[in-house]
Amino acid sequence: MSHFLSPIFASGFFESEAVHIALAVGALVAIVTGVVGVFTVMRGQSFAGEAFGDLGTTGGAGAYLVGVGTLWGFVIGNLVAAGAMEVIGVQRARGRDLATGIVLGAGIGLAALFLYLYTSEHSTTGATVTILFGSVFAISSATIPLILLLSAVVLAITLTLYRPLLLSSVSAEMASARGIPVRLVGAFHLVALALAAALAAITIGTILSTALLVGPAASALRLTKRPVTALLTAAGIGIAVMWLGIVLAYDSYHWPPVHQGWPVSFFVVTLVFITYLLSGIPEARRRRQTGRNHAASSAAQPATPS
Amino acid sequence: MSVDVLAVQGVSVRLSGRTILDRVSFEIAPGEFTGLIGSNGAGKTTLFRVILGLQATSAGRVLVEGLEHGPRHRLIGYVPQKFLLDPDVPLRARDLVGLGIDAHRLGMPVPSRTRRALVEEMLHAVDAERFADTRVGQLSGGEQQRILVAHALIARPRLLLLDEPLANLDLGGAQEVVALLARITREQQVAVLISAHEINPLLPVMDRIVYLAAGRAVSGTTEEVVRADVLSELYGRHVDVLDVHGRVLIVAGAGEDTDLAGHEGVFPGAGIPG
Repeated sequence: MSHFLSPIFASGFFESEAVHIALAVGALVAIVTGVVGVFTVMRGQSFAGEAFGDLGTTGGAGAYLVGVGTLWGFVIGNLVAAGAMEVIGVQRARGRDLATGIVLGAGIGLAALFLYLYTSEHSTTGATVTILFGSVFAISSATIPLILLLSAVVLAITLTLYRPLLLSSVSAEMASARGIPVRLVGAFHLVALALAAALAAITIGTILSTALLVGPAASALRLTKRPVTALLTAAGIGIAVMWLGIVLAYDSYHWPPVHQGWPVSFFVVTLVFITYLLSGIPEARRRRQTGRNHAASSAAQPATPS
Repeated sequence: MSVDVLAVQGVSVRLSGRTILDRVSFEIAPGEFTGLIGSNGAGKTTLFRVILGLQATSAGRVLVEGLEHGPRHRLIGYVPQKFLLDPDVPLRARDLVGLGIDAHRLGMPVPSRTRRALVEEMLHAVDAERFADTRVGQLSGGEQQRILVAHALIARPRLLLLDEPLANLDLGGAQEVVALLARITREQQVAVLISAHEINPLLPVMDRIVYLAAGRAVSGTTEEVVRADVLSELYGRHVDVLDVHGRVLIVAGAGEDTDLAGHEGVFPGAGIPG
C-alpha cells in the first residue's frame, strides 16, 4: 500500500513516532480551536485571540528562561493575560480593543527581554523560532497528558456553556434579561480562548496561532447557517488543514533544490488562508444569483408602486 | 381577584445625582395591553431595566406575580429595541426561537419532537414560517422583530416587555406590528408592556397607559390619562390635547416655549398627521 501512495506519503511517514504524535495532537488541537474559534469570531474577539498568540510568546520565552515546558509557559502567560484583560474591561465593546492593546504592548516588551536574555546566555536562536513559529514534529510524548487535559478543559467549558454563550454572543441584552450572568459566561469563554490559544501555539507557534483559532471558524461561518454545524465544520476544516500541512511538510524534505524540510506552520497557515478564500465562493455565487433574479423580476414588473 | 402580573410601587432611580425615575407606580393585570408612553430620555429604558431586575432602585419595589424576589426571567419575556446581528452569524430564525426555551440551561440542546413542535408553533403564531430557515442577520428589521417576539414568548412568560418596537416604522408598518402584537398576546394570554414615543398607533389596542415624563408617571385608561389637565400637571406646564380625526395630538399651549428639559421639544403623540 505504501507503494501506491509513495508519491504522496514519503517513505517513513507512517513509521515515524514524531508523525504519529503530530497527527494526533494536530487533530485534537484543530477540534479545540475550531469549537472555541466559532464563538470567538461570533463575539468579535478575534483580536483577543491574536493578543493571546502574542502574549504566549512572553510565557513561552519565560518558560525557556527558567527551564520548564513551553506549553506551561504559553498556558500561564495566556491566563495572566486573560486576567489582565478581564480586569481592564475586555467585556465592554469599546474598552475591549484598548484593554487588549495595552496588555499586548506590555507583554511583547517582556518577551523581548526574556528572549534577549536566553539567546545571549545560550548563543542560539532556536528558542525564538520554536516559540514564534512552532514545531508540531518536536512535541515530546511527555507533553501529551497536559495537552489532553487542556483540551478536555476547553471543550468542557465551551460545550457546558453552549446555550448561555450562544445567546450572550447574539445579544448580551437579551441574555441578561433571561437571567444569564453574561459577564461570568464571557470570563469563562476568555479562559477557554486563552487555553485554546496555548494549544494552537504549541502546534504552529505563537505568532501563527490566531490563524488556527480564527481561520477555520471564519470559513465555517460562511459555509453553514446552523450553530452546531458551524462547530463541526470548523473542527473538520481544522483537522484537514493540519493533516495536509503535516503531510506536505514531511514531503518537503525531498523537495528540490535544498532537500531541507519546510516548516509545517507555513503549510497550515497557507492552507487556512486558501480555505477562507474558497469558503467565500458559495456566498458570492448566491449573491450573484439573487442579483440576477432581482434584475429579472424588476424588468418583468416595471414601475411597481411600493 | 387575581394577582397583578406587574406592580411597580413608588420606584425611584437616581444615578450619579440625577433623578431618572421619580416615585413611579402602576399595575398591570393579567392579559392587559399597556403602553408605556414617553419621549426620549423620559426614563422608559431605565424602567424596563428595573422591571427586569437589572437596575437597582433607590426607593420602591417591583412585584412580578406578587413576588419581589425570585426568578423573574421565567415570568418576563423581553424584546430589545435594537438588534444588530452580523449576517455571517450561523443562527437560523428557528434556532433563535429555540434558544428562547432554554438558553439559561447548561449543556447542548437535545433535539426532540416536542422541541421542534413548540418552535414550529411559535413560528406560526408570529407568521414567520416563511423565513424560519434564513439566518437571523439576513432578515429585515420587521422580520427580526417577529422572531424576537417568538423567542420571548416560547417560554410562556406572563408579561412581555417590548422596547420601542415601533421606532423607525412608518404609520402603516406600525399599525401592522401593533395588530400582530395584539393578536399574539391575546392568543398567548400574556400581558404586554410596550414602550413608545408615539401614542397614536397604540390607541386602538391599549387597555391601559403609563405616561412617563421627566421620570414621573401617570397611569390609567386612555380616557383618564390623555387629558389636558392630567398631562399639564405631569409636565408641570400647560399642554393641550387635540383630537384630529381620531388621532391624538399633544402640543404645548400657545405662547409657551416648546423647549422642555429632557423632552427635546417633542411631545409624545405629536406625530405628523398623515
